[in-house]
Amino acid sequence: MKQWIAMAILLLWIAAALLEPLLPISPDEIHLPAILAAPSADFWLGNDGLGRSVAERLIAGARIAFVVAFSTVLVSALAGTVIGAVSGYVGGALDHFISRVIDIMLAFPGILLAIALAAILGPGIENLIIAISSVGWVGYARLARSQAMSLRTREHITAAIALGSGQGRIVFRHLLPLMMAPLLVEASFGIAAVIVAEAGLSFLGLGVQPPQASWGSMIREGAGFLLVAPHLAIFPGIAIMLVVLSANLLGDWMRDRLDVRQNM
Amino acid sequence: MDKPVLQINNLTTSIGRGGDRVVPVSNVSFQIRQDETMALLGESGCGKSMTALSIMRLLPPSAEITDGDIMLEQSHLLDLSERAMRAERGGRVGMIFQEPMTSLNPVMTVGRQIGEAVKLHDADNRKRVMERVEELLDDVGIPDPARRMHEYPHQLSGGMKQRIMIAMALAGRPRLLIADEPTTALDVTIQAQVLQLMKQLQQQTGMAILLITHDLGVVAEVADRVGIMYAGEIVETADVADFFSQPRHPYSQRLFEALPTPQKRNRPLQAIEGQVPPLNAEFGGCRFVDRCPYAQTLCREQIPQWRGDQNSGYRCHFEDAGSSDAVATEEFELAEESIQGDTRAQALLDVTDLKVWFPIRKGVFHRTVGHVRAVDGVDLNLSTGKTLALVGESGCGKTTAGKGILQLIRPTAGSVMFNGEELTQLKGRALRKRRADIQLIFQDPASSMNPRMTVEEIIAEGLVVQGVGREQRQLRIAEILDQVGLPGDAVGRYPHEFSGGQRQRIAIARALILEPQLIICDEPTSALDVSVQAQILNLLKELQQQRQISYLFITHNLAVVSYLADDVAVMYLGRIVEQGSVEQILDEPLHPYTQALLSAVPVPDPDSKREVIRLQGDMPSPANPPSGCYFHPRCPQAMDECRRSYPAGREMDDGRRLSCHLV
Amino acid sequence: MISRLLSALITLLGVITLVFFLIHFIPGDPVEYILGDSARPADRNALRLQLGLDQPLLQQYSSYLINLLSLDLGRSLHSNQSVTALLAERFPATLELALAAFLIAVTIAVPLGVMAARRRGTAWDSSAMTMSLLGVSIPNFWLGPMLILLFSLWLGWTPVSGREQAGSLILPAITLGASLSAVLARMVRSTLLEVLNEDYIRTARAKGLKESSVIWRHALMNAMLPVVTLLGLQLGALLAGAVITETVFSWPGIGSLLIESIQKRDYPLVQGCVLLVAVSYLLINTTTDLLYQLLDPRIRTP
Repeated sequence: MKQWIAMAILLLWIAAALLEPLLPISPDEIHLPAILAAPSADFWLGNDGLGRSVAERLIAGARIAFVVAFSTVLVSALAGTVIGAVSGYVGGALDHFISRVIDIMLAFPGILLAIALAAILGPGIENLIIAISSVGWVGYARLARSQAMSLRTREHITAAIALGSGQGRIVFRHLLPLMMAPLLVEASFGIAAVIVAEAGLSFLGLGVQPPQASWGSMIREGAGFLLVAPHLAIFPGIAIMLVVLSANLLGDWMRDRLDVRQNM
Repeated sequence: MDKPVLQINNLTTSIGRGGDRVVPVSNVSFQIRQDETMALLGESGCGKSMTALSIMRLLPPSAEITDGDIMLEQSHLLDLSERAMRAERGGRVGMIFQEPMTSLNPVMTVGRQIGEAVKLHDADNRKRVMERVEELLDDVGIPDPARRMHEYPHQLSGGMKQRIMIAMALAGRPRLLIADEPTTALDVTIQAQVLQLMKQLQQQTGMAILLITHDLGVVAEVADRVGIMYAGEIVETADVADFFSQPRHPYSQRLFEALPTPQKRNRPLQAIEGQVPPLNAEFGGCRFVDRCPYAQTLCREQIPQWRGDQNSGYRCHFEDAGSSDAVATEEFELAEESIQGDTRAQALLDVTDLKVWFPIRKGVFHRTVGHVRAVDGVDLNLSTGKTLALVGESGCGKTTAGKGILQLIRPTAGSVMFNGEELTQLKGRALRKRRADIQLIFQDPASSMNPRMTVEEIIAEGLVVQGVGREQRQLRIAEILDQVGLPGDAVGRYPHEFSGGQRQRIAIARALILEPQLIICDEPTSALDVSVQAQILNLLKELQQQRQISYLFITHNLAVVSYLADDVAVMYLGRIVEQGSVEQILDEPLHPYTQALLSAVPVPDPDSKREVIRLQGDMPSPANPPSGCYFHPRCPQAMDECRRSYPAGREMDDGRRLSCHLV
Repeated sequence: MISRLLSALITLLGVITLVFFLIHFIPGDPVEYILGDSARPADRNALRLQLGLDQPLLQQYSSYLINLLSLDLGRSLHSNQSVTALLAERFPATLELALAAFLIAVTIAVPLGVMAARRRGTAWDSSAMTMSLLGVSIPNFWLGPMLILLFSLWLGWTPVSGREQAGSLILPAITLGASLSAVLARMVRSTLLEVLNEDYIRTARAKGLKESSVIWRHALMNAMLPVVTLLGLQLGALLAGAVITETVFSWPGIGSLLIESIQKRDYPLVQGCVLLVAVSYLLINTTTDLLYQLLDPRIRTP
């Protein structure tokens, strides 16, 4: 049940993000007569400090979040998986080196390195993606490495080698398909994490720049009007929470489902 | 006659609710008296462990006891409050489990763990807990108890851990000890020690023992009476002597016939075909009907009545069904012929001085500080169409030797000649091509298959990688499925849809389809029940007769060896101590280790009064083998010379090879 | 033990190196980036000299390392004060916040996780887990403003921001501790459930122990081992979360210093902040690692 609601929310989000350019909305249009308008029939979710529609800016922010989340997860999951799988499967000096690099990257707590990188690279969506990906791949690499290491000693791989299979077949037929499931779960949690990271960086003023709308920068701007117009900070927060909650729920659900399959 | 210690009447236990509900224990009744050992024997899933947990009232949360009465001396256990039941657990009823490795808390010293039981159940000793713990450890034969009690479980060997478990159970001075497969996870030499300890403690304390096991040998060894469980029911109860001389229930009879023995070498084993029925439905007839050779219409339509009394009887419509029936003596075709034909069999595999060492690395820079000498100079030879058994206890290096021969692990040194070709020198494509001729079957078929591949893809993989075309492949798959006894519609299904025995057939099909000359079988039947084991052994033997395949059979199960093998090599700590024909090794072992190993195996015959040669201590670490002969620290006949030099392998007059200073 | 410490030292060197190179990741000329297009050539040269950018890379690196040994992290471009002094001034506030948040998280999470595991599958379990999932999903840069709105602006119970007034620690600590407590509760529950399935738990029950002794003496002891390791990692996440929380509440710690210096393009100070947080994190992890070895007899004894 829960997972279906979660999926519905995620689909709604993705639809809003993909359809945003086609929708008759103007999220950056300044509307001075209706500055800080409270939510009403005319202004659904109210207006911000420049009279821009909060509802329309939320949709624009959905697109930013979507673009950043999916490209970041794609880049970091691909890079991380390949690096980790190769490291774990091949072993030896290469593995030693890569795990040392992973250790060093992991020695930076969470988002700190992304903040530093985003600050240095400057604002903009591409830089945001680069900053978060250069931190994000590490988690996938670590997961893929441990997966590859434990699968490498599994007997079905030994059996495949004994049949005369080459390295390529082992990796693509016997190793990667079995690594996919946990990586998929990780990617689902990854979407949630990247949305929070993007919003967090934008909140700090290190991500998307004005006048472009991002959920994080909307909260930042709203925080200045907390007493007079609390809706400015409330609605983008709810949007983030719903999407993040859904992605986490979906990840939980997939993980439980996958555990059942592994108990064959 | 004295009152029973334990009396169970009509016990029924179920798990789950609604449509998922299964009844693993159904209407079970039996009793055990003081000084008596009752064995509950059955194959996996028959409900014997559930019966034990019902007595302890330690069932999983989804399970409940729906009917029956359990009496421990004067008390009805099922009527006790949880609080009163806690006083019985570890008090009048103690329990030990199958896995001593995982049954002890890893972060608590063993002394404290035993001490907990003393504090709870031994009021007299509450003031002197640690002294009492020391006494208990001494009672179960732990050397140097004052020091050992301060150690953690990981510092002790498997056999020692089971002794600790026993000490913990003894702390409450139990009237009844429940032992759930107490020696299944242990090696035979250690098993012999533990079984003897249980017997001895019973003589001292008079406690009753409920022994749960799947091993007829263990039953013959230690039990006074036996109950046979099948599909949740007790189908037969008898005194052990009577049971072994004349089993009454058809299932009991079939169990004996499925056992591999040397006498059955030239004929197929009588496997019990089919499977245990699912336990989620009501039964309208006999539970064994689908697998019983004597089944009649009556057996399907009516639930059989119990014949006899609670201490001796069986559940069958017919009196002594099948006992007059002569056992089928169908011989293997070709059997005699092949024995005559190959007095000068051609050598297929010749392994010389094989070594597989694993470096031990330490520190930040992964310096090599030593080696685990898993295989430390092994010589083997095997002829076409023959079976060589490589026998040894866990950790002796037999599996690693198999992998070294297959070049799955590159040997550190030595030569592996296969059909006159040196395998250790082969690389890349040439090696991959050669792999088709040597195949491998594992102990656990489930983990040896890619769960994302269908049976067809699994079986066809060898053909695909060896470059056989699609049409050819399909023909061969259909043929091979038939040969290993799998239905033709198996191809589209996934391995998890099959039972353990069927999965092992799939694994055999995968190996066989490349038409190998040699198959290395690594404990292929250890995870299977006796009845299914017989099916797989028959299949392997039949295939050998038809195709002249050679087997290198890696196992610890000497009964299987006696049935299947032509030659036997005994391995200890990375080296072969004795190698010869199966008759030479099993009937007249010369090496003291072989002698001890053979004497420790329980024989399914209560009259065999063999003398168990008890070995001291455990196998040393292969990272740090003893000086001289590796076996000398445990050898009952060790001499000075044995401490100084490793005995060279010599050929004896009867053709066997032996490494021992004594002979 | 020694090899663990050595390994941590190597990681530390890697971290220092990475932080050193941060400034070199700036696309184009860092000096131009910091001062802007309109700066005079003389100022540019002065800055280049101050940052040591005129020297070859290897020499920059080695003098950076040598200065680090005497705790010299350079001077702030903005105030010309020593970076080390600025960090020392701000660090106690961050430490105070992180510790308070940590205490709140552990106090809530451990009982919650134990309760959820013991009553697995009941309404207690599912509501505890729903709460913790919410906690994981609410970002702290939103939770902070919402708490300010509710408790400071509407109810007037707590100060809005800063560190001077009594009670100013409460809201930032809750904001920072909320997600950690959520993560921790889930972790405690799942490891405890795993441990409760172990054979030695059955042994403890078969001994006749009370269920509460089984849980607290046998299960929790074993469940705490993996939790301790993860605690170290989570404590680090706390330090990173402090950057945002401090900004929300204008808490005068390292996090807000980092953001301020980023806005002023004060790169020596940015480097200093990142290095300090990373090194503290490494220190925490190494400590938990050693703690784990002390707690787990399988590692402690041969």
